[in-house]
Amino acid sequence: MLTALLIFLPMIFSLLVLGLKPTLAKFLAFFGSLAVLLISLIIVFKFDKTQGNQFTVDWTWIASLGINFSVGIDGISMLLVLLTTVLMPGIILSTMNDDSKPSSYYSLMLLMQSALIGVFVARDGFLFYLFWEVALIPVYFLCLVWGGENRGRITLKFFIYTLTGSLFMLVALIYLYFHTPSHTFAIDALYDAGRSLDATQQAFVFVGLFLAFAIKMPVFPFHTWQPDTYTVAPVQGTMLLSGIMLKMGIYGVIRWLIPVVPLAVKEWGMVAIVLSVIGVVYGSCIAIVQKDFKRLIAYSSIAHVGLISAGLLTLSVVGMQGAMIQMLSHGVIVFGLFYIVEIVSARVKTRELSQMGGIRNVAPLLTTTFAVIMLGSVALPLTSGFVGEFLLINSLVQYKLWMGAVAGLTIILGAVYMLKTFQKSMSGETNAVTSTLSDLNYHERLVLYPVVVLVILIGVYPAPLLDISEVAVRNLLSLYPDLSASLK
Amino acid sequence: MNALFVICGLGVFSLLAEIFNLKKWTTMVAFAGLSLALVLTVLDWRAVSYHYHGMVYFDHFALAFSGLILVISGFWFWMSRDYFVGDEHRTDKSALILFVIVGAIMMVSFNNMAMLFLGIEVLSISLYVLAGSNKLSLNSTEAAFKYFLMGSFATGFLLFGMTLVYGATGSFNIAEIATFLKTQQSMPRFLFVGLLLMMVGLAFKISAVPFHMWAPDVYDGSPTPITALMSTVVKIGAFAAFVKIFSVAFVSFKFTLVVFEQSIMVLTLVVANVTAVYQTNVKRMLAYSSVGQVGYLLLGFSSGTEASHGAVFYYLTGYAIASIMAFTVVQVIEKSRGSANVENFKGLFRTNPLLAIAMTVAMFSLAGIPPLAGFFGKYLVFTLSINSGFIGLTTVAVLASLIGVYYYFKPVIAMTQASRTPIEVAPPDRTLLMTLIAMNLVIGIFPDLVRFI
Repeated sequence: MLTALLIFLPMIFSLLVLGLKPTLAKFLAFFGSLAVLLISLIIVFKFDKTQGNQFTVDWTWIASLGINFSVGIDGISMLLVLLTTVLMPGIILSTMNDDSKPSSYYSLMLLMQSALIGVFVARDGFLFYLFWEVALIPVYFLCLVWGGENRGRITLKFFIYTLTGSLFMLVALIYLYFHTPSHTFAIDALYDAGRSLDATQQAFVFVGLFLAFAIKMPVFPFHTWQPDTYTVAPVQGTMLLSGIMLKMGIYGVIRWLIPVVPLAVKEWGMVAIVLSVIGVVYGSCIAIVQKDFKRLIAYSSIAHVGLISAGLLTLSVVGMQGAMIQMLSHGVIVFGLFYIVEIVSARVKTRELSQMGGIRNVAPLLTTTFAVIMLGSVALPLTSGFVGEFLLINSLVQYKLWMGAVAGLTIILGAVYMLKTFQKSMSGETNAVTSTLSDLNYHERLVLYPVVVLVILIGVYPAPLLDISEVAVRNLLSLYPDLSASLK
Repeated sequence: MNALFVICGLGVFSLLAEIFNLKKWTTMVAFAGLSLALVLTVLDWRAVSYHYHGMVYFDHFALAFSGLILVISGFWFWMSRDYFVGDEHRTDKSALILFVIVGAIMMVSFNNMAMLFLGIEVLSISLYVLAGSNKLSLNSTEAAFKYFLMGSFATGFLLFGMTLVYGATGSFNIAEIATFLKTQQSMPRFLFVGLLLMMVGLAFKISAVPFHMWAPDVYDGSPTPITALMSTVVKIGAFAAFVKIFSVAFVSFKFTLVVFEQSIMVLTLVVANVTAVYQTNVKRMLAYSSVGQVGYLLLGFSSGTEASHGAVFYYLTGYAIASIMAFTVVQVIEKSRGSANVENFKGLFRTNPLLAIAMTVAMFSLAGIPPLAGFFGKYLVFTLSINSGFIGLTTVAVLASLIGVYYYFKPVIAMTQASRTPIEVAPPDRTLLMTLIAMNLVIGIFPDLVRFI
């Protein structure tokens, strides 16, 4: 029941918010997201770490087609639900400086939250597809209505790009559906159906599913929609896209690719890993030469996601656990970074790094916060980024030494572009543009301090989070007996 | 069956209303009569029956489609109230509309090719007149003339095809034709010619490529309410007739016909969707879109004749609801801003949220975005075709629907742009739009509600 509540509560709030005045809508939306956070914390508290799927809800929905409203939470879902519910109040709180948005803005954000949670808890192929698509619509409108220059063209590209992937996924899911004996979309039946296919059939299903997930993440070379969309979106849209929505793609690989077509994953996983590692280096290199602050973070996101998906596809417990922790860490960090970009660019009226400089002299709090989050992003030990990247690179080294070496470049290159950014914006001489910049105000501190605390907390003591997902990860990898034995 | 009498009676009443000075009641009476006919159709559900020596056959297929036609006609009358106001031909027009509905119902319930022909003619001749009902507009007259020429040409094909089929099988009754074809070993060659000619004739009526040339001009030139009628009620009738004749009478020819039908389908999907991309007028774009939607229907139909009935019915329901919604918005825009060019949709999200949301829901539904009815229709079609192993054709359809997203989103994107003066929307239009939005969502989320055949 609690799981269904997690999905429907934001939906109800998103309708309630609609008719209200903007300021009132903002507070109600914030209250709603807090309520959802509370429920998710109750679930974490009651969560049994030694068990797999829990808190299941199973309602018949479209009986004639074998579609059920069936949801449940295991360790993997738990962490992502937690990420969504923790970030959401922060995202809404980050609008406090801005009273220009109408109530529909908040309504769309809550609708988005509902769909995102739905994606992470769905245990039915059709339901998963439905939430996957529905999550796209609110964020599309957030970007289309409140975005920057050229938003019509860019958001349409984004929509069509992701829809292409999703439709191929739909075809693959229907294909699996017809291979279930009783024609159902239940997750276990789809797993069995997928595994009963021969290698060629699995390869087709793999392509269909992987395309959808690769576009969403995005993995090189399907990333071309991402930098433009992140840049043009309003900051809350960017936070939703990069902080949470991108995890849908990774989650999709974990839940709907690896267990469904094991033969194909073994055979083609290498290609996917190579693409991901290319993305790591490519994203970092482009980030180094970026002049636009927001775009730089967008490219760095490609690099980080590439590492996650590469580590994931090594199919080892280490890589999988690293991916889980890194998803949380990346979500929190990228949320903080985009908020800092927004704060800075709103005050200096530009996102060009070359025009900034010397912010530390006028805004010490902002600079310190940025420094901590940035160090998390470059994976300094004792920050959250370190735990994840360490585990991920470790898994890649065990997989293929040279691959680990190439992927390890992300730490060096990441340090290059992040420190360069810090230098250009925060240190140096204060110039005319930045001299009037004011430090963090009350609301901004309320958003950013928890981010700083999380970055350090996860970095120092990640064990509780790793414990949550461990059983689920081991269950998943038990499908690959030969592999997990050799890679333990 | 009784529903058919009621609507015929309504048509006659409408004609007589001129004489007895009951003009202002015609729309109300038509609306009430359609509701009565709907009730009668629902009551017939348990009693599947032949009538008039097997000329018509009201099975669940016919009853479901009749019900759909009646419901959509009801919404159509609601939407087009103003079409009948302030014109000396009010009664004629409403009588013609009612005869269109009669024709459509005959086309879904025929059991004899003569009856099919009669239905098509009753429907078409009324439509020829209605397409030209805006006598002061050159475009409208052109549309009527074009429609008449092309339509009668197509009817000729159909009729010729029917006579050849009759010559080969010795019957007009579709059930008897089916039995005859099943038992007979060798067939005369002209039977195939007859079948192809019939398919061509019906492809004209459902406006499948390459027999669609008339559609954009006629849809564009006709008064908007008539365009709405053509792309909903008429389309439902024509496609149901197509499905019925080929899935009842000529099942045993599946293989021969399927090749031809699938080439039409691929052409329809590709040509219509690509051409629609270049339209700047939303009304014309909707014309191409209504051609393109036929492609998905054909895909569903070619994937399994009997099994596809439910999918086709669901698809047409979702399609018709979305189309009526889109045309209502187009009509409002045309009335207040002159034409339905894409630029005239600018600013609607700020000034008229209801219009904007309705248009968005309609466009998203036509584009097949979940959780709307249009998505589920496409889902059912794709399911059928994947089940039949048409992976290649499904891929074409998937790509076509991506192109669809491109042009369906054009008005949506325009609506979010810089704002213009607000538009006055009449309260009945508001209620209509809200009803349709709710229906679309409910049908999309609970598709089992309308999957009774």
